[in-house]
Amino acid sequence: MTMPDGPIPAVASVELRGVVKRFGATEALGGITARILPGRLTGLVGPDGAGKTTLMRLLAGLMDPTEGTVTICGRDTVQDNEAIHTLTGYMPQRFGLYEDLSVMDNMELFADLRGLGSRANRTLFDQLLAFTRLEAFTTRLAGKLSGGMKQKLGLACALMARPQVLLLDEPSVGVDPVSRQDLWRMVHELTSDGMAVVWSTAYLDEAERCATVLLLNDGKVEYDGPPAELTGRLHDRSFRLLHPVEDRRFVLSQALDLPSVCDGVIQGSSVRVVLREDASLDEVRGLADASGAGLAPVAPRFEDAFVDLLGGGPGGRSVIAECMPAVDVPEAITVECTELTRRFGDFTATDRVGFEVRKGEIFGLLGPNGAGKSTTFKMLCGLLKPTSGHAHVMGHNLRTATSAAKGQLGYMAQKFSLYGLLSVRQNLEFSAGVYGLEGAVRKERMDEMIEAFQLQRFLESSPDELPLGYKQRLALSCALMHRPPVLFLDEPTSGVDPLTRREFWSHINGLVRKGVTVLVTTHFMDEAEYCDRVALMYRAEVIALDTPDALKREAVTAGRAEPTMEDAFIHLIEAVDRKLDAAPGGVPA
Amino acid sequence: MTHAERLFPRIDFRRLAALIRKETRQMFRDPSTLLIAGVLPVVLIFLYAYAVSLDLNHVPIGVVQECDSPAAQSMGAAFTGSPHFLVKTARDRREVAEAVVGGRLRGYVVIPQDFDRRVAAGGREPIVQVITDGSQPNTAGFVANYAQSVVGLWRTSRGLAAPEGITLEPRFWYNPEIESRRFLLPGAIAIVMTLIGTMLTSLVVAKEWERGTMEAIISTPVSAVEILIGKLLPYFVLGLLATLLITLLAIHVFGVPLRGSWGALMLLSSAFLIPALGQGLVISSVARNQFIAAQIALVSGFLPAFMLSGFIFEVGSMPAPIRALSCIVPARYFVASLQTVFLAGDVWPVFLPDILGMLAIGLAFFLVARTKTKKTLDT
Repeated sequence: MTMPDGPIPAVASVELRGVVKRFGATEALGGITARILPGRLTGLVGPDGAGKTTLMRLLAGLMDPTEGTVTICGRDTVQDNEAIHTLTGYMPQRFGLYEDLSVMDNMELFADLRGLGSRANRTLFDQLLAFTRLEAFTTRLAGKLSGGMKQKLGLACALMARPQVLLLDEPSVGVDPVSRQDLWRMVHELTSDGMAVVWSTAYLDEAERCATVLLLNDGKVEYDGPPAELTGRLHDRSFRLLHPVEDRRFVLSQALDLPSVCDGVIQGSSVRVVLREDASLDEVRGLADASGAGLAPVAPRFEDAFVDLLGGGPGGRSVIAECMPAVDVPEAITVECTELTRRFGDFTATDRVGFEVRKGEIFGLLGPNGAGKSTTFKMLCGLLKPTSGHAHVMGHNLRTATSAAKGQLGYMAQKFSLYGLLSVRQNLEFSAGVYGLEGAVRKERMDEMIEAFQLQRFLESSPDELPLGYKQRLALSCALMHRPPVLFLDEPTSGVDPLTRREFWSHINGLVRKGVTVLVTTHFMDEAEYCDRVALMYRAEVIALDTPDALKREAVTAGRAEPTMEDAFIHLIEAVDRKLDAAPGGVPA
Repeated sequence: MTHAERLFPRIDFRRLAALIRKETRQMFRDPSTLLIAGVLPVVLIFLYAYAVSLDLNHVPIGVVQECDSPAAQSMGAAFTGSPHFLVKTARDRREVAEAVVGGRLRGYVVIPQDFDRRVAAGGREPIVQVITDGSQPNTAGFVANYAQSVVGLWRTSRGLAAPEGITLEPRFWYNPEIESRRFLLPGAIAIVMTLIGTMLTSLVVAKEWERGTMEAIISTPVSAVEILIGKLLPYFVLGLLATLLITLLAIHVFGVPLRGSWGALMLLSSAFLIPALGQGLVISSVARNQFIAAQIALVSGFLPAFMLSGFIFEVGSMPAPIRALSCIVPARYFVASLQTVFLAGDVWPVFLPDILGMLAIGLAFFLVARTKTKKTLDT
């Protein structure tokens, strides 16, 4: 393993030696040995539940390792705990600041707690405020800041007293791509001053921005080194099947079932596949020819490498989709809304939102936090009454025929919303019951779901005890029990590792091929690529609605021939902001 | 570092001041604090002053007039004229017996046919019969007691000797309507202080764990003792302010006298806040979410303060094991002293043991809280 560029610093900022952390019988960290160097941005990367937060807390001296030692700048976190709190600046995953105090109150508190007289340090405050661009908001309550501004304030407080090691636990969660760029800029400035910065993240694409990464999975280090080296291993193994004539979802499911393919995802109208190590391209070339697609090599991504490291993704078949009958409805437009407006007091959450969703389409609703996508979603599901405008699902007006409309849709809420106190079987029975399935039909549907999702051995356990993938299957089967022609998915893959996400999308792709219409919100930008069309919401309005490919094309610049979804997203939002800034009268709140 | 230094390190007053400033700001911004410390005392005071009265007036009873002699008539009139009763007169006990069964009357009094003979017998025989509805024991007790006093007064007014020569009913030394108020309002202070000291304190700490702010705080050099004191002091002051508010209301709105001194009252309140806050801190070191904290505070703090403190149910009349249990309820010492300071005056021989009792329990809570509160996320 090669070390990152530049001279290797003699003293590591953080030394982990054989670190094990157990909580009761569960082992969160299973023997970690690693060094984190000063002046460098180290990414602590891994899916949810990999042990990132536990490791961060050990580094911050908030927990003691069960076995092994952690030293920060040569000081042991257990023996010398007080010193650790001076050496490190820690930003917890959840916003750790007081929402009912102002920005300035919070900064003063943390300055005092870190032993800096707040009054004597006006210059430091001014620097931090300028650095985080929060100068204009010092009197605002922290709870009233946007997600991105909160993280910047958290960063300012963690930076108080110039720590040697800065620990940021998932700083980019709930932060829109524009603020995320800002955070990266700040962190890069800090590392060039010699600080060791640890940035933990579940977004694998963020790994590529770090100087070096510690890739965690299931409490173990899967990889330790510069990200480029890991992705380099996949050189000549990533390909794109360009614009197949055949349905791209069908092409993907076929590709995933090829023995030579290790991973595959949809990218707009193309399909991206990763070959297994030393596998030949012949099978993929055959598939490309058969489906009328072009074939082009592409640069590997960190996520490809991660999936490869874990032995490849799941196959492309979805048993559940196969046993569902094809949706046979006359409507060509299954969901539509016009001029949909919702106000909460004098705050407008959605402003004249309108779009149509075609039968058998995956329609994505994207946007930063607070842009109004959840509100739109809730109105379309009949969970919230619009202030004005109207919405129809399968021809039923949600205002006048709410229950008829609800009977036509399946809804999978964030974090699955299963009942932990009911068994898996009872959860299924309950969902069948609320959708009015009874007697023989209910039994038949339940058996079908249990069979298709292989839930037999878990029937009597609580959903909380299920492995994540099965939990997801159960939530999906609860939403599908009444065979709805329209499926609403609210952040379905947040908190789910990449392999489980792939399995989930196999099911969704299969369902769509049967004619089911899917509406989805997601904050994973690459997942927007699975959508046929994407509506981008910003400041309560739909600012763009098009295919992922068309949106990306708009963001093409001289220096960026192949923009990602995230680039497209930032491009569009910045365009709106520029227009608003230029408008006389300034930006409406 | 020695063990003692580790448990009680040097306090950095700048950090402490910052924590106290933060807590105070939050207190004034959080509506629930205002609710518990400002609104709740007022509500409780009005509740105890009007709703939870241990005295009853206008209790519906029947009077069965079996005898028509002038003396019997005047006995019946004595009941009708009593402010305690709302009388339905009957000729036959069957008329009212049914109403008692149906719950429309709380009992009845029979003035028997041989009333004159019984009166003439002069105390050797009861002159009236009182039947009460035992399904509501408290009310039944009142009916019996009040009936007895009506008969006693009637005898006295007629110049008749009472049985065993005693006619005085002690309740009549005070105005019975105000008496329970005088007794209850001081007790309400104990209840409110328990809520502020135990419930509010454990809730605010649990809220910090829930919101993740505690995680940020303990990642700074601040010590556990500073965190504890930073929580305690603001709520100590808040508790005393609430005491002040209740006392002022009790004195000026409800006319409860404060026969003792303000100084003694504040000293007692301060002494009580130590175990109350200590208990809150112990709870918050165990419960890291608000729901559990509220449940534990309710069961271990509020309910004992309500039931085992002598606030409503007299400690002396409890069975021995419960009486023993009440010794570890700090409110028990507080309520006894409060009633003394309000109704009797500064009786230091009563206060001193009570203060010692409260401080002892408080000290125990603090030692537990200090060993349990660690700057760590390990549980």
